[in-house]
Amino acid sequence: MAMVERQEKREQGRDRRRFLLDAARTACGVALFGVGLGLYGHRAAEANPPHALRPPGALPERRFLAACLRCGQCVRACPYHTLRLARPEEPVATGTPYFVAREIPCELCENRPCIRSCPSGALAPTLTDIYQARMGLAVLIDHETCLNFLGLRCDVCYRSCPLLDRAITLDAEHNRRSGKHTLFLPVVHSKYCTGCGKCEKACVLDRAAIKVVPRGLAKGELGHHYRLGWEEKAKAGHSLIPEQLDLPDRLPDLLPSSLAEGKP
Amino acid sequence: MKLTRRTFIKNNAIAATAMAAGVTLPEFAAAAEADATIRWDKAPCRFCGTGCSVLVGTKDGRVVATQGDPDAPVNKGLNCIKGYFLSKIMYGKDRLTRPMLRMTNGRFDKNGQFTPISWDQAFDIMAEKWKASLKKKGPTAVGMFGSGQWTVWEGYAAAKLVKAGFRSNNIDPNARHCMASAVAGFIRTFGSDEPMGCYDDLEHADAFVLWGSNMSEMHPILWSRLTDRRLTTPHVRVAVLSTFENRGFELADLGIVMKPQSDLAILNYIANYIIQHNLVNRDFVGKHVNFKLGNPDIGYGLRPDDPREKRAANADKAGGSKPMTFEEYKAFVAEYTVDKAHALSGVPKAQLEALAKIYADPKTKVVSYWTMGFNQHTRGTWANNLVYNIHLLTGKISEPGNGPFSLTGQPSACGTAREVGTFAHRLPADLVVMNADHRAFAEKIWKLPDGTLPDKPGFHAVLMQRMLRDRVMNCYWQLCNNNMQAGPNINTEIYPGWRDPENFIVVSDPYPTVSAMAADLILPTSMWVEKEGAYGNAERRTQFWRQQVKAPGESRSDLWQVVEFAKRFKVEEVWPADLIAKVPQYRGKTLYDVLFANGQVNRFPKQQVKDLAGNVYGNDEMEHFGYYLQKGIYEEYRLFGLKGPKKGHELGEFDQYHAARGLRWPVIGGKETLWRYREGYDPHVEKGAGILFYGQKDGRANIFALPYEPPAEVPDGEYDLWLCTGRVLEHWHTGTMTQRVPELYRAVPNAVVFMHPDDAEARGLRRGMAAKLITRRGEIVASVETRGRNRPPRGLVFIPFFDARRLANKLTLDATCPISKETDFKKCAVKVTRA
Amino acid sequence: MSRAISSAEQVAARRGWLGRHGWLLWRRITQLAVLACFLAGPWAGVWLLRGDMAASRLLDAVPLTDPLVILQSLAAGHLPGTTALVGVVIVSGFYLLVGGRSYCAWVCPVNMVTDLAAWIRRRLGIEDGARLARACRYWLLALVLGLAAATHTVIWELVNPVTMVSRGLLFGMGAGWWLVVAVFCLDLLVAGRGWCGHLCPVGGCFSVLGLASPLRVRAAGRHRCTNCQACFTVCPEPQVIGPALRGASAGRSPVITSPNCTNCGRCIDVCPERVFAFGSRFAAPQPETESNSIRMEELRR
Repeated sequence: MAMVERQEKREQGRDRRRFLLDAARTACGVALFGVGLGLYGHRAAEANPPHALRPPGALPERRFLAACLRCGQCVRACPYHTLRLARPEEPVATGTPYFVAREIPCELCENRPCIRSCPSGALAPTLTDIYQARMGLAVLIDHETCLNFLGLRCDVCYRSCPLLDRAITLDAEHNRRSGKHTLFLPVVHSKYCTGCGKCEKACVLDRAAIKVVPRGLAKGELGHHYRLGWEEKAKAGHSLIPEQLDLPDRLPDLLPSSLAEGKP
Repeated sequence: MKLTRRTFIKNNAIAATAMAAGVTLPEFAAAAEADATIRWDKAPCRFCGTGCSVLVGTKDGRVVATQGDPDAPVNKGLNCIKGYFLSKIMYGKDRLTRPMLRMTNGRFDKNGQFTPISWDQAFDIMAEKWKASLKKKGPTAVGMFGSGQWTVWEGYAAAKLVKAGFRSNNIDPNARHCMASAVAGFIRTFGSDEPMGCYDDLEHADAFVLWGSNMSEMHPILWSRLTDRRLTTPHVRVAVLSTFENRGFELADLGIVMKPQSDLAILNYIANYIIQHNLVNRDFVGKHVNFKLGNPDIGYGLRPDDPREKRAANADKAGGSKPMTFEEYKAFVAEYTVDKAHALSGVPKAQLEALAKIYADPKTKVVSYWTMGFNQHTRGTWANNLVYNIHLLTGKISEPGNGPFSLTGQPSACGTAREVGTFAHRLPADLVVMNADHRAFAEKIWKLPDGTLPDKPGFHAVLMQRMLRDRVMNCYWQLCNNNMQAGPNINTEIYPGWRDPENFIVVSDPYPTVSAMAADLILPTSMWVEKEGAYGNAERRTQFWRQQVKAPGESRSDLWQVVEFAKRFKVEEVWPADLIAKVPQYRGKTLYDVLFANGQVNRFPKQQVKDLAGNVYGNDEMEHFGYYLQKGIYEEYRLFGLKGPKKGHELGEFDQYHAARGLRWPVIGGKETLWRYREGYDPHVEKGAGILFYGQKDGRANIFALPYEPPAEVPDGEYDLWLCTGRVLEHWHTGTMTQRVPELYRAVPNAVVFMHPDDAEARGLRRGMAAKLITRRGEIVASVETRGRNRPPRGLVFIPFFDARRLANKLTLDATCPISKETDFKKCAVKVTRA
Repeated sequence: MSRAISSAEQVAARRGWLGRHGWLLWRRITQLAVLACFLAGPWAGVWLLRGDMAASRLLDAVPLTDPLVILQSLAAGHLPGTTALVGVVIVSGFYLLVGGRSYCAWVCPVNMVTDLAAWIRRRLGIEDGARLARACRYWLLALVLGLAAATHTVIWELVNPVTMVSRGLLFGMGAGWWLVVAVFCLDLLVAGRGWCGHLCPVGGCFSVLGLASPLRVRAAGRHRCTNCQACFTVCPEPQVIGPALRGASAGRSPVITSPNCTNCGRCIDVCPERVFAFGSRFAAPQPETESNSIRMEELRR
């Protein structure tokens, strides 16, 4: 009897051990898998290549990865076949929508079909004005090959810009080399640039000199301890301090009146 | 080039390994070596009339690179984006390499398939058709449509063949669509074609006024110079007038959007302002100017049975005028008050006054520039005359920084179409066929019997199409242009005539253009540096280049084609017996013998073409014909300038041009001429004269009193918008070359219709949607653009014509300036709906 | 074994191939029809379903959303838009009724792959393999939600073969094919029914959803069971059959109540005795009728 009990106990113990072992093994396997998946997921979230741009209205990347359901409805809604879903081998989080400006840029449809098709809010429905989209920021990365910096009249990026004269302007500078021509330097203004990528697509160089990159990569940040005096004054419409005393300069009488009046 | 990730990684790996091993990569080494073996020679850019100079790099019989010539005075090494891609324009995949005839079962069939044939066969069928038409209907039954992109010798040989050989004046260049109004304006006012100033004006003027010129896109390098002047000299002002806001407005101190056609009123208002404010340069006007009252109500150059032509009092004497006094002129323009100008143009009065002040202020040196907004205008000649009026009233002309200047759109609109005289009414060096003395002089130079040259102007560009449609003209040879895309009213006036079985159409082109595909016979053509050439730019600068490479396949230059075709005609087949009787020695000879192997053109024996560095160049025409054809033609042509009845067109010697970066005529005493008609600058103005407009017999230029008149077609209830057509910087004309450059195609693949967002919205259209543009003549579909480079006001849409997939000229009206016969591509009525 | 074969032969003799594969055929038709509805848009321009199996819109009106994707999104800290939430309510409601894992058997495209692997396994007689706990899927489900929360990412979608296949077919598969091959090999060589029956957290999620679903397979004719094992052989989740089929003595209901049952109907197809049938969880147990017994007798003879 005791033997039987002992044997039963032993069997029970063996079963329990086996159960515990199985459970431990499963837990271990799952945990290992979890570590791998977690690391992969983390890398996928961090490693977005700069040329992969999110559709207009996309939440900031971290929030976007939490929100995007990978359903591709934005891809289907895009009339220009700009968007595509990342495949597993691509260095963009699998299944998420992105576009490559150099291939097909965003046309900035004013009726925002991609945003309206998004079921999850990953493309923020609050973006009602497509020109407020900030998919990235165009940066004229290579001044050495940009034809306009060389004095040629290309400015294709400028004319391709949907917000030309706002997002891209041409700053005219004297061409010292030729002596009588102008350098029309394309300048991107982050206040307006949507990152649609039409400039990058249009750049006629073998490799684009102007590229749209994630805004975080492109933008500097001014120290919060400093203000731009002239901008503050322009904002206020007057000097930030009350009018100050200014005594006239003592000057010889011979000087031309214009100088005496302090005019250039 | 798309670099896949794999190749990128691979390349990096190779580079890293090579660096570690301390070896130079063979690719880089090869690239450096290759550069050293490239042969560089000069050539003008193939595109617009600016005349930028480039260096062409050739290797193994192929143009492998180009660069702006850093020492060229026009562009100083710079190019626009079209010029940047020059080395790619000759190597489109669909380059034509063999003559092709529409055939069925081995025989010509108007509805057959294009079949490759030999040049012999091509000329056989052409000669057969030409001879039959000449025999049946006489010289006016054949015609040729040439180009402002022809080389000087091509234009000259073609004009000579048509005018002297076929004794037809039915030769016209596509410059008719482009510069004819400027030509007529210059001739009418000054008696001599082409601007008095030059590009150096850009560095001297205090103000620039652009009339109907989107110089920022269409003359990019000149715009760069103009901007530099504005930028480096604070007092300089720029005014831009257009019917829509273009990129020029970005720089403009005075950006003026006016209603179409109202430039006439604004110009008269400015003249009135100058007079009213007593700012007329009395001394200048008294000495150098006549006043004339031009005939008003001159019609619109439409078909004579059009009610608008029947209504016009002076449709048949459009160019007529009679003398008037200054006081009469003053009274004539007095009605053009600021209120009237404002009412007609819609331009704010303050802007009008500011513009008038620029011209009126005696201390401000002004250059007026204009292009197609002025020239492509049913009153184009008037518009040209009216701007001269202003410069003449104030004496602001013919000196550095002062003058009217018509910018040309084609590389040799001046050098070939105008100077050589490939127009239906012209002969070389400002001579015209209507003038007996001029004809006699030409006949003398050309060693032809009296009466060879017909005295009636031939069919101009638009008329040729009408004559084809009406079966008056039956043989038509189009070279170096693409009229089936660039000509007006394709559906109604061009296509039917081309496809009429009565007519035989030949198109010479390097590529299968819309024209080529609509022709019966296509001749493959050498382009740009595949032949020796010469162009003349807008500032009278003649530039030569040597043949750099051979054309592909059996392509031949237009020069070769024209001269070779002359061999197919015996004098007896084209000239009447009484004419031949005057020159019995020509009996039995071919037109080639008479026109080209005339002891003059074939005077220069075969030689090696060498540059100053000793590099040797080919010359296919010299090889074929056995003498230096280009030099012979040029030296004969030059006689017109040196000895002709009109002075002022003197050119330098052939070899000089091959050694120079272009020379501005008149070239006299080894010097170029920068400003014409002014003592000290122009050798034809003798000491003490100050100014002499020697193109006119009395040395005085004409101020014309010409009114505002409405355009030919105005938007109404149904066709409720203005349609304006034009160009974009990236593409040139019909895109034959630039649409084949992948990068330019990528930059601007399609023509879009620019319209005001409100106009679009009112028609249920959004940006990017397909819109149907419908006029009384045709319809096309294009996508809507409400933002970007061009910003039309409400009521006007703009579409470029470069896109062969949406032919903008199906829409346009073939109304022309009745004087210059230049089409108004800028104004007709259109409706736009959802497609 | 000989009995099993003989009864299989009997079924074959009496019911023909179609009869033995009725539900299987319907499932394949349904699976392919769902894919066809998705593909009709991009291929033919007929937009029946727009999107993929993570989320879509039926006839551009009715939103449909996969519950696990939404759960991940919620775990990752995002409150999905109304459309997505409406979609998940619709989908969950549907599967609450028809059985959560019906998705696996009737919709999921991976099912075709794993069924193929299982079929080959049977044909080749591969029996051994790694032992995986059936509960792995719940572990993985928990892990996925935990990782989603930890990484703020809808993380399972990076590797989820279920959505990957549908997305791949619709938007370009790329390396997704390797994942399909991996699942196939896992099921064929490593562990029988390894993916769908043990690991897939999507299935796990649907299992949970189907805990109380009324539509069930019932072993109503269990008294006729000849213990031929045919149902156990084909069943992707054979552990669910036992309690219902053999629980008569223990007084258990003949309804297969396990949420892991995929409602695939294979057991109904293959059973020579017609023991199984679709039915309701709540319906009163059918009396085991005379006629049935008589027929059984006949059969035995």
